[in-house]
Amino acid sequence: MISGISIYELLTVTSILFFIGIYGFITRKNLISILMSIELILNASVINFVIINKYLYPDMLQGVIFSIFIIAVAAAETALAVSIIINLYRQINSVEVKDTELMKY
Amino acid sequence: MEKYIFYILAFIIIVFAIASVTSRKMLRSVIYLLFVLSGIAGLYFLIDYNFLAAIQLTVYAGGIIVLIIFSVILVHHIEMELEIAKTSKQLFVGLSCLLGLGLFLTTIYTHEFNVVENYNTITTSDIGLKLLSYEAGGFILPFEVISILLLAAMIGAIIIAKGKKLSDKNDDTI
Repeated sequence: MISGISIYELLTVTSILFFIGIYGFITRKNLISILMSIELILNASVINFVIINKYLYPDMLQGVIFSIFIIAVAAAETALAVSIIINLYRQINSVEVKDTELMKY
Repeated sequence: MEKYIFYILAFIIIVFAIASVTSRKMLRSVIYLLFVLSGIAGLYFLIDYNFLAAIQLTVYAGGIIVLIIFSVILVHHIEMELEIAKTSKQLFVGLSCLLGLGLFLTTIYTHEFNVVENYNTITTSDIGLKLLSYEAGGFILPFEVISILLLAAMIGAIIIAKGKKLSDKNDDTI
C-alpha cells in the first residue's frame, strides 16, 4: 500500500475516472471515441479490483488475477470492435453513430 | 514522497481523461488516452504490483493504443474535427454524471473499510502458480477459457476485417 494514502482517496480517483468515461460514452458521436471511453471505464474497474485486493485482502491474489482477465477481455473486445469499425467504414464510408443504420452483412 | 507521487499521478490521470473525452481532434484524444493509461501503470508500480504494471504498459499503452491509432488513420483525415454534442445535452449529461459521482462518493466515505496495514510484495511466480493451480481456489479453468476466447477473437477479427466472404473471392477471379 502507499504510505500516507488511504483507500478513500484511491477510490475517489477511480470513481472520477469512471464517470469521465460515462460522460464521454454518452456525449461522443463517433464510434472510435466511444470505444476509447469504454477503455476508460474498464480501466477504472481494474484499478478498483487491484486497490481492494491490496488494501483489504493483501494475502489473496484474486483481485490481481481478475484484473488480468479483464485486461485480456478488453484487448479481445477492442480488436473485434476495430475490425467491425473498419468493415463498416468500407460499406457506408462513415463511422458516425447516426449513419450506422445498416447492420446486415 | 510516495504521497506526492500519488497526487501527481492522480492529477495527470484525471486531467488527461477529461482532455481525452472533450478534445475535438481525434488523434490528440487518442494520445491523451495514452497518457491516462501510462499514469495508471504508474499507479500500479506505486502499490507494488509490478507484473500488472508491465501488463498495463504492454497490452494497453503498447497494443490497444496502436490499434486505435491505426483505425483512426484508416478511417479519418488527420485534420478532421469531430462533431460535438449539443450544449444542452452536454450540460445535462455532465450534471447527471456529477450527481452519480456524488452518490458514489457519499457511499464510499460513509463505509468503514477494514484496511490491513501491509507492505508485502507479490511476485510474478505467485501469480503464475495461482493461475495454473488446479486445487481449490486455483484459476486453471478461466485461464484456459480466456485463451480460447483470445483465439476466437483473433480469428473473428481477421474474418470481419477482411470484409468479403471467402467463397466470393473465388467467384471474382473466374
